Amino acid sequence: MKISTLFFIAVFLGGQASANETSTITIQKFAFAPKEITVAPGTKVTWVNKDETPHALGTSDKSFASKAIDTDDTYEYTFVKEGDFSYFCTLHPFMTGVIHVHAGK
Amino acid sequence: MKTPKDKEQTPIVLENANRRQALGCIAGWAGAAVVWTMVGGVPRALGSTRSGVEAAGKNAFTFVQISDTHIGFHKEANPDVVGSYRKAAAEINALPHKPALVLHTGDVTHLSKPEEFGQARELFTEIHIDRVHTIPGEHDAIDDGLTGYLKFFDHDGKNRGWYSFNQNGVHFIGLSNVLNFKMGTMTSIGDEQLAWVKQDLAGVSKSTPIVVMGHIPLWTIYAPWGWGTADSDQLMAILKPYGSVTVLNGHIHQVLQKVEGNVALHTAMSLAYPLPTPGQEGVGEPGPVKVPAEQLGKMIGTREITVVRGKHELAMIDTPIDHA
Repeated sequence: MKISTLFFIAVFLGGQASANETSTITIQKFAFAPKEITVAPGTKVTWVNKDETPHALGTSDKSFASKAIDTDDTYEYTFVKEGDFSYFCTLHPFMTGVIHVHAGK
Repeated sequence: MKTPKDKEQTPIVLENANRRQALGCIAGWAGAAVVWTMVGGVPRALGSTRSGVEAAGKNAFTFVQISDTHIGFHKEANPDVVGSYRKAAAEINALPHKPALVLHTGDVTHLSKPEEFGQARELFTEIHIDRVHTIPGEHDAIDDGLTGYLKFFDHDGKNRGWYSFNQNGVHFIGLSNVLNFKMGTMTSIGDEQLAWVKQDLAGVSKSTPIVVMGHIPLWTIYAPWGWGTADSDQLMAILKPYGSVTVLNGHIHQVLQKVEGNVALHTAMSLAYPLPTPGQEGVGEPGPVKVPAEQLGKMIGTREITVVRGKHELAMIDTPIDHA
């Protein structure tokens, strides 16, 4: 087997591994923590609400949106495409965050 | 009672077995109700539901404001929002001078669930007043905009969040400023609604007293928490030529007021739970304020406000529901 083929398999497996990654963002005190994260394509991001107030997620381009996330409820979204995804709480739009999706992660 | 789909006949008024019941807005704090009366064409908020009405003449036109009932909320800050609402309802029912209207300035429900809207509608029939007018809060517009809210509270049958009506020589306008949220900014009324307000007021004389309901404050109280409306200046410009304008808001669960020329703006307390003061030091976010159970009733109550056309001073008396 050629070295280049081995290299290809290694990269492919590496890609598979990151596709199974998960990442969690905590909503607390009317803020997203962490406010910005970088993940690989295929990563499932979970938001969990630790406030006594419901929150809901939305984006300016409608790329994803949650329904109401009440206390201790979660919302999950898997980011397939690369890009920078800015989002905000549609109930409290001063709450903002960004998900950077990059294959090189 | 009519079903939610019965919008065609005077949608503001819901038929009840015993009386006509209209649903509107109640904004405010826990247990708070504000009694208003018209004196010489000028709205005077009489404050305390217990003492206020005696000041009004027998023929005076009075109305009540409640707000932010958050039906469906059951967290520590107030595990019994229905009980708090019922205390206010009992006070309103006990008024010696029966008010003509109840205004609810939004956040009828906590999570916009159909069962919450249904429960709220039933609860409003416990107030023995013909008309209860609501406007939506952002908690009434979660998931699917105003679709769920309007199934229960479409006051003019036009399937939209704003409407107007006349009562005893006063022109009432109910607005929705809970749909146009954009990232990192305050909410807005929107061009379509502003154009409607202009059109609606075109046939109203400049001497007619105007009462405007909007959930989120129609002036900037604290932008970092979204306590304001980005395009409220445009609304104020439309209202400016009118001799007596009273703006009633909810959302911030506390009483604040501002006077701009002939326009007096007031926020109301909630019937559910208190919120921090704007940008309160050491708090950091506008979440429910938890107080010991025996204190909650003292953080909710009634208020007396006097708004006199042509004068800038306001008289305001707040009275908690738990008082001797």
